[in-house]
Amino acid sequence: MDKTINITLKVWRQAGPKAPGKFETYKLDNVSTDASFLEMLDILNEQLIKEHKEPIAFDHDCREGICGMCSLYINGHPHGPDSAITTCQLHMRKFKDGETITVEPWRSNAFPVIKDLMVDRRAYDKIIQAGGFVSVNTGGVPDANAIPIPKAKADEAMDDASCIGCGACAAACKNGSAMLFVAAKVSQLALLPQGKVEAAKRAKAMVAKMDELGFGNCTNTGACAAECPKSVPLSAIARLNREFICAKFQD
Amino acid sequence: MAKKDNKQDLAKAVKNVKEAITDAVDAVTDKVKDVVNSPEVQEAVDTVAEKVSSVVNEVKDAVSDKIKDIKVQMENEKIDAKIPEGPLAEKWTNYKAHQKLVNPANKRRLDIIVVGTGLAGASAAASLAEMGFNVLSFCIQDSPRRAHSIAAQGGINAAKNYQNDGDSVYRLFYDTIKGGDYRAREANVYRLAEVSNNIIDQCVAQGVPFAREYGGLLDNRSFGGAQVSRTFYAKGQTGQQLLLGAYSALSRQIGKGKVKMYSRYEMLDVVIIDGRARGIIARNLVTGKIERFFAHAVVIGSGGYGNTFFLSTNAMASNGSAAMQMYRKGAYFANPCFAQIHPTCIPVHGDYQSKLTLMSESLRNDGRIWVPKKLEDAKALQQGKKKGRDIPEEDRDYYLERRYPAFGNLVPRDVASRAAKERCDAGYGVNSTGLAVFLDFSEAIERMGKPAVEAKYGNLFQMYEKIVDENPYENPMMIYPAIHYTMGGIWVDYELMTSIKGLFCIGEANFSDHGANRLGASALMQGLADGYFVLPYTIQNYLADQISVPRMSTDRPEFEEAEKAVKDKINKIMSIKGSRSVDSIHRELGLIMWEFVGMGRTEAGLKTALEKIKEIRKLFWSEVYVPGRIDDLNVELEKALRLADFIEIGELMARDALMREESCGGHFREEYQTPEGEALRQDDKFSFASCWKYMGEGQEPVMLKEPLDYEFVTRQTRNYKS
Repeated sequence: MDKTINITLKVWRQAGPKAPGKFETYKLDNVSTDASFLEMLDILNEQLIKEHKEPIAFDHDCREGICGMCSLYINGHPHGPDSAITTCQLHMRKFKDGETITVEPWRSNAFPVIKDLMVDRRAYDKIIQAGGFVSVNTGGVPDANAIPIPKAKADEAMDDASCIGCGACAAACKNGSAMLFVAAKVSQLALLPQGKVEAAKRAKAMVAKMDELGFGNCTNTGACAAECPKSVPLSAIARLNREFICAKFQD
Repeated sequence: MAKKDNKQDLAKAVKNVKEAITDAVDAVTDKVKDVVNSPEVQEAVDTVAEKVSSVVNEVKDAVSDKIKDIKVQMENEKIDAKIPEGPLAEKWTNYKAHQKLVNPANKRRLDIIVVGTGLAGASAAASLAEMGFNVLSFCIQDSPRRAHSIAAQGGINAAKNYQNDGDSVYRLFYDTIKGGDYRAREANVYRLAEVSNNIIDQCVAQGVPFAREYGGLLDNRSFGGAQVSRTFYAKGQTGQQLLLGAYSALSRQIGKGKVKMYSRYEMLDVVIIDGRARGIIARNLVTGKIERFFAHAVVIGSGGYGNTFFLSTNAMASNGSAAMQMYRKGAYFANPCFAQIHPTCIPVHGDYQSKLTLMSESLRNDGRIWVPKKLEDAKALQQGKKKGRDIPEEDRDYYLERRYPAFGNLVPRDVASRAAKERCDAGYGVNSTGLAVFLDFSEAIERMGKPAVEAKYGNLFQMYEKIVDENPYENPMMIYPAIHYTMGGIWVDYELMTSIKGLFCIGEANFSDHGANRLGASALMQGLADGYFVLPYTIQNYLADQISVPRMSTDRPEFEEAEKAVKDKINKIMSIKGSRSVDSIHRELGLIMWEFVGMGRTEAGLKTALEKIKEIRKLFWSEVYVPGRIDDLNVELEKALRLADFIEIGELMARDALMREESCGGHFREEYQTPEGEALRQDDKFSFASCWKYMGEGQEPVMLKEPLDYEFVTRQTRNYKS
């Protein structure tokens, strides 16, 4: 049953943050179409190690689409040609025999390359640190059922909260904007009564931090939502804009 | 002419001399031989040899006597779990009422290192910082939001009894003790059940979007090993939402400057000064630089060691190295053989496979597990001639419902896994390898309608379809057991402190609460209980005595030595330059572990495993090849360091499994089973936690016992049948 294909890979290799990078070409034969994309890279790396060459550095961890660590730009798309999945959930059955596959790191000024296909995404952490939380300490909180929340609101908040912080949205955006990432958190917390208290402050602080870190502006092209592996909806950005404008009016 | 004669004479003379010398040598040789062979000399030689060997034996005996003495001494060394006095339900309250605390001004002067940013690590770091301590937090990933707790799907247990179905703190405690096959500490488990409710309150306050009913209140579902619905969930992403809650609390403290975050750092050793943990040595994974960090106390929340098996549901970088570093510094490693094999994972395919994917236990709420009744149907499925949906209802064997009528498809994980293995071993497997069973939703789809099933499990179904390329709405899912979680881990007392003062261990990395088997939705509960509500209290009882200890310089010789040992190890691995990649050796180790230390264990198999692991160790230390540089980002070096420790953990697991001559929970020794094939405990001999103490490189570890006295619960044979 195991079908195999032969492929050519063009992979971005870069020794370090300041080193010049370039594409290297590798040929790989008899790749099972049931293998995941990252398993295909494992096979390639195994081959490189056998030849005493340096393997390709790339980020990955859970390999089940939830940790947000994997971050490859494949054939011009973050997380590759399939929709609503991360790179680690992409399988080789999505490629044709004889195909040339181009693999690059995230394209974004705010995510500098560390090595080969690995980038530094700490900018996203800094945005969360600026306000992506509810200010409660451990202990002394009310009973969980003390605040009823309409199911529809809770479900919508869950859709926004499913963001995995992978960075595909900023990488996909022609402006390099992190709006969908920021909006996912702002929207999730604004929908819930627990987060409503600080909603205005949060929206302003997170947007300010995003601007400060070198992310671009949003022009509503929607590439972010189209490429988002967790299908975080564009409506989150609308809610962020509303929260942000309301906050500015309050000033 | 004369010249020629002279030459000839000379040659003749030389020849004569040569002959004379040869004769003389032969004569001397004969003489020497005579002397050597003479009985007197032989006797003398024998006497000397005898004397030497007797001296050697004496030394040997003395050494082994000494070792025995030490062992006996150590076995008598009583392990003190520091369990508070009083009735079970009052222990934790009493403890909190009488423990020592640290005042706010002193908290500012104390530093705490927390390694790991999963549920336990992140919640601990955030809570400690909120209280006023200075926290240094470390993780190997690029961000603290990525720890593998994030992949937990199903849910988190709590004794809220929101469903009015008879739940209580006692019942959650009892289910957990029973689920763990009576191999966990009563006091710890009761405390866990007690704080479970606080966790749900805390997470809701943070904005975790748990699933809700139409009335706006929280929804629950059922999990294995319980007859009540006490599991809170956020779609199939509960672990993610809880972790992001803890991460947001941690981020808030990072923003405030109370936590200093070190991401892409890997701890490589713990530094002990005068018998107390005082810091760590860590490698900056981006630059390769080895760095030193001081703290008044060190907390390790580094997760489990399931990746010893290579293929597991753990993340690729999940590892047991921090645990091994603690173990080598003198912390006991408890119950290493207790590993959980999860029944519902996507079956293995292909030798290039890098990991196994779990399908949430919540699927067993509505999915029914079966194999064909007829062997010929199984054969047809294995050959791809039939599909699951082609087998008529009357020819399906819902073996869990048949064997365990009371709990049905919701028996605990160890029971469900073994039952799947039993059917596949008997030839009823349903895929090409014969190692899979069906998890079928056709009845649920008929009963609830497809949209309802989709709303409940949609993301899991999508995940399955992406991996297997088959639509689970149309054809039953195929599943098989895989290594998922390790109940064993570093031994801790009631205060979560290891046998080294000032060194604490939380979450999956410790051994504390799950006994020989963990119930579904209890890992999230334990991680957050440790981090939010237990450690922040108990660590103060230790730190109260440390308020006058000044910050120490990392130039001290203890740091120097620890750093040198780390560097030596790295240099040694880099210099092997063999012919084998790290992964290729790790895969070999994994196959040995799965075959001999997996679901069914035997004395002979475990002995074979111990031999084979020795060979793997030799192979690693002579043949591994690590490319790249030490002072650079080097993923292969990271993996090699972890594999070196996995080999040692594998050996410890096999050793522990061999010692434990009983079956309990996830540990199934084939010699000890009931006629129906259920686990047979030997309470009279093995009602203890095995605590392994490191005795030095190449030395056999010594086992100490922490007896498990059941004061409040009567031990019974687990029964999920009626």
